[in-house]
Amino acid sequence: MVGIVIVSHSRQLAEGLYELTAQLSQDRVRIIPAGGMEDGSIGTDAARIAGAIHEAQSGDGVLLIADLGSAVLSSDMAIEMLDEQIGKAMIADAPFVEGGVAAAVEASLGSSLEKVKEAAQAARELKKIL
Amino acid sequence: MTIDGGSVTDMIKAMARALAENKEYLTELDSAIGDADHGINMDRGMKAVLSRLPSAEDEDIGSILKTVGMTLVSTVGGAAGPLYGTAFMRAGQAASGKTELNVGDVLVLLEAALKGIEDRGKATVGEKTMIDALQPAIEAYSDAVKGGMGLAEALSRAADAAGKGMEHTKDIIATKGRASYLGQRSIGHQDPGATSTFLILQAAAAVASSI
Repeated sequence: MVGIVIVSHSRQLAEGLYELTAQLSQDRVRIIPAGGMEDGSIGTDAARIAGAIHEAQSGDGVLLIADLGSAVLSSDMAIEMLDEQIGKAMIADAPFVEGGVAAAVEASLGSSLEKVKEAAQAARELKKIL
Repeated sequence: MTIDGGSVTDMIKAMARALAENKEYLTELDSAIGDADHGINMDRGMKAVLSRLPSAEDEDIGSILKTVGMTLVSTVGGAAGPLYGTAFMRAGQAASGKTELNVGDVLVLLEAALKGIEDRGKATVGEKTMIDALQPAIEAYSDAVKGGMGLAEALSRAADAAGKGMEHTKDIIATKGRASYLGQRSIGHQDPGATSTFLILQAAAAVASSI
């Protein structure tokens, strides 16, 4: 099953989205929050993210859901730091909450990494008010 | 003239000093067009680098630079972490196994660093970023080498060109990073990333001219 890593500048924001997605995917998906710096301050840390990808990886790939700016750069760097042997990892170009939720639901269905990424990115089109 | 691992370590210490001294200034620049953390972030990153340097001191230059890069990646926190981190790691790869750098080696190393920043940030010159300081610096360095100048002189030309590039970022509309949200309103403000790049090169040049 595809794993998910939640990357945010804020530890609490990452953990909050983790809470939401874990409930929606009924704990069937390996979702790892990687928010903030090692000491809890605001920021992103490529080494921490790389560790989270390792934890989320079961061989079917890992999708990264990132918040803003350096979260994307650090995620990119984390993927580069990883040994490719352990499996693929990709960043979704998706809204943080909606994309994370869509990815978790899609992953819980046993879909491929490409499909999970597509689902996350399609969440951009979701209308909140019809 | 060549520089050895000890000189490289001295340069990194000088960079850390320059960034610490300009912490408030960088943060002030960043508060105008960014999220007001560049000075704090760079200082935190370089302080962490200093704490790991003693163990890297006697190793080859490639591994010293890689240690700097890896440390910045996990301690800076903002976009400058993966950007400078990649720059130092790529420079480290270019200097891998070397215990001495000559004037040509430094050019290769600087070019690798620039390529790293371009790859990571998907930016190019003219977008109000650190590249607007680094790219002209490398051009000036390369011209100096072609003109037969030594390492210290070439680095000092590079630092001067970085300073001019940094000044020029005031006239550019930001299209990358947080400043891009401001569009036209980013004009008139000097880019904090280009400023830290200038400070880093200036510190390296000062150490080279004192050898």
